[in-house]
Amino acid sequence: MELRINQKTYQVDAEADTPLLWVIRDDLGLTGTKYGCGLAQCGACSVLVDGNVVRSCVTPVAGVVGREVTTIEAIEADEVGKRVVAVWVEHQVAQCGYCQSGQVVAATALLKNNPKPDDGQIAAAMVNLCRCGTYNAIQAAVHDLAANLATPAAPAGGNA
Amino acid sequence: MSARIDREASPLGEPINLSRRRFLLASGTVTGALVLGFALPSGSARMQAMAAESKAAGTQVGAFLEIRPDSTVRLLCPFIEGGQGTYTAMAQIVGEELDADPSTFLVESAPPGEAYVVMENGMRITGGSMSVRMSYPTMRRLGALARAMLLQAASARLNVPVAALTTEPGRVLHPVSGRSLTYGEMAADALDLPVPDVDSVTLRDPSQFRWIGKPVRRLDAYDKSTGKALYSIDMQVDGMLHAAVQHAPRLGMTVGELRNEAQVKAMEGVHSVHRLPGAVAVVAERWWHAKRAVEAIQVDWQEAAADATGRVMPADFSTVAYRERLANEPGPGREAEKEGDFAGTLAKATTRVEATYHNQYLNHAQLEPPSALARFNPDGTLDIWLPNQAQDMFLADIAKCAAIDPSRINLHSPLLGGFFGRHFLYETANPYPQAIELAKAVGRPIKLIWSREEEFLRDALRPMAVVKFRAALDDKGLPVALEAVSATEGPTESLAGKPGDQPDPTALEGLAGKSYAIPHRRIAQNYVKGPVVLGYWRSVGNSLNDFFYEAFLDELADKGGQDPFELRLHLLRDNPRLTHLLQSVVELSGGWKRGPFTAEDGSRRARGVAMASPFGTETAVVAEVSIENGQVKVHDIWQAIDPGSIVNPAIVEAQVNGAVSLGLSQALVEEAVYVDGKPRGRNFDLYPILPPARMARVHVKVIESGAKMGGIGEPPLPAVAPAVANAVARLTGQRIRSMPFSSYTFSQPA
Repeated sequence: MELRINQKTYQVDAEADTPLLWVIRDDLGLTGTKYGCGLAQCGACSVLVDGNVVRSCVTPVAGVVGREVTTIEAIEADEVGKRVVAVWVEHQVAQCGYCQSGQVVAATALLKNNPKPDDGQIAAAMVNLCRCGTYNAIQAAVHDLAANLATPAAPAGGNA
Repeated sequence: MSARIDREASPLGEPINLSRRRFLLASGTVTGALVLGFALPSGSARMQAMAAESKAAGTQVGAFLEIRPDSTVRLLCPFIEGGQGTYTAMAQIVGEELDADPSTFLVESAPPGEAYVVMENGMRITGGSMSVRMSYPTMRRLGALARAMLLQAASARLNVPVAALTTEPGRVLHPVSGRSLTYGEMAADALDLPVPDVDSVTLRDPSQFRWIGKPVRRLDAYDKSTGKALYSIDMQVDGMLHAAVQHAPRLGMTVGELRNEAQVKAMEGVHSVHRLPGAVAVVAERWWHAKRAVEAIQVDWQEAAADATGRVMPADFSTVAYRERLANEPGPGREAEKEGDFAGTLAKATTRVEATYHNQYLNHAQLEPPSALARFNPDGTLDIWLPNQAQDMFLADIAKCAAIDPSRINLHSPLLGGFFGRHFLYETANPYPQAIELAKAVGRPIKLIWSREEEFLRDALRPMAVVKFRAALDDKGLPVALEAVSATEGPTESLAGKPGDQPDPTALEGLAGKSYAIPHRRIAQNYVKGPVVLGYWRSVGNSLNDFFYEAFLDELADKGGQDPFELRLHLLRDNPRLTHLLQSVVELSGGWKRGPFTAEDGSRRARGVAMASPFGTETAVVAEVSIENGQVKVHDIWQAIDPGSIVNPAIVEAQVNGAVSLGLSQALVEEAVYVDGKPRGRNFDLYPILPPARMARVHVKVIESGAKMGGIGEPPLPAVAPAVANAVARLTGQRIRSMPFSSYTFSQPA
């Protein structure tokens, strides 16, 4: 089947019910999207499908044919995603970092659909688990961005 | 730390890919991570020569540091990064003395080897909140030695005396002539020089620190925000196959007939089906195929033989029954701490207090499921990637498993996707023996991932204990005698399989070692060996024992008519450090306000206080709670922490946040429950961990008292649960004597 992932077209040989996560990781070698539970409980596998966040560990690959999938690897190609990454670095959110791909993707989806989310909307959208306890840093980063999204983007990035 | 299979170089210009070409280039080296400038494998002749030259720890400069032509500094770190920030801290510490900005560092885990034993206790693990505090002077000296070598090389190059030279970050200067050389220009010369005598270097005056003590940004923040950071589970090598396992439902059971083996072998993508000790495995071209197939296998699991060695999980084991068993364990226990005359004081006392507390088993629940990638090379060497926090111990065990000499094994230790004590050498809790066996069987590299369900079936659990307290109050209502007898098995004696000569300190820390001036004390343990494989869990014994002790102390305060904050101050009256700490946390929270009181939103709330002394650090916590829908809502946690001195205040604050999160998780929601010998929760649906909605605001005050440096990763955890419990008891009038609090139902306080 033909998939659109990160603005590229891939021919993938997989059964229709294979979770998108494993196609992304094992067939395409894009390992930024993480496996944490396989049950849509933790959100480490979050990706964008047509700009909306989905948990790829329970999304059959056949369901995204004809749609645009964005993984963490291409998140900075998105104007909002780029700003999310920049604010994640600014707030020094990551600890172990394993859940942060999913957190960044979830924040990007939220802010793309709603640049000015209120506290309740942020709480409803940012539900991915983090065992390191970066929840307050995530909250601060998303609030910061929600308050400033009207202003022009600063250059993203950071050191390695 | 960027490392991709097929794309651009990392921002520091060094691609770390896993192509076959690189492996061929790197073959024979221990690290296998890069073809090194001069960071040599521990087995090489040059390394051995260096080792002979210097016996002092952390002086084999070339084993740790590579300075590249662009003056970036590659540091092979003795410790492993799993979120605690040790890579950044080590760059700060080494960079401070080397005179190189930490932001120019690329830090990776060092291979196993004697050269990297830098902790003052002679160990090399990443645990016990020990990395920085146990290696701080040694790692500073390492940076200073490297700087001295660069100065020496510049002296020769510029033909001026060393004394005429100085450095600024990344370069050597000759102020008189205005000439300068970058570190990168001289690195090759410098590292051919002998390492100077350790006494020849002077460390910087701490008042002149540029990076130590400052909130230097984490080196890994960008990579971890963009999916570029690589963990064991992400590793790939050419020609590898994927594997998944189905473990025996109870430890000790063995594989019998596979009733549908032929059908499973015929499933899509299946390469082969394997019988392993206590597990079956499927190898496939894709992990999804392996997982789906292995879960489809119908195994006739056989009960363990009567003479089976190792732990056996009985069919009738349950956590509820086991708790009863611990509660009924008779006897005074083996004493770990004894002061004064507890029995005599209790006998004469007019007011006695008794209470029994217990806690729950916990999973580590690090978000990265365990994996191992094993590849036997044509020359008979083995490359293996796996999560671990103790390289040398793992190497020795891998050598046993693979039946090859350790010198022929390249152990790679990628970033950890959380650890919290998960990645020690717990028997039956690590995937690599299976990966090694499968790689041997199929003759190709194997990446084995344990699904979340298999992980929760084989994780080593945080121990459970039942603690019986007895105490006596004097006629003023002050505690004068206290006894705690814990029925438990500690993680260290669990690893050993038997009790030691003394009670296990990791079973009793947090009961023993408290600083309160209670003159008659007795802390003891009744060792009860159970069938559960136990492990270290962030803050270890303190995680349960400080909950027990500090909650019981509030019971004593209430019984004696004392305010719990004032009582603690009284019991610490001769301890200025802890008195200051306790006053600081209360000040941070805006003054002691036990409540109950009505908050601005109309909810009834109360506050609790608790303290702990884990891993060389002192902590005090105030918690504010209300009751929402019959459950505890924690609004704020104020924590004052005195680790003596620190390296990075931003990372300390992040670690406090993390420890508070885990402390709240164990207090509020988490519990590994066994029924019929099996864990009830094998994923996050039935084993909930703290979700964002239940996190509290966290307020941190770091106190650098100048006392001996303590730990950071674990210490902020233990005082959280008792502070919350004490607040809830105050608010509801209901004593909290067990975790998690979700097993209680609270009515809305009036």
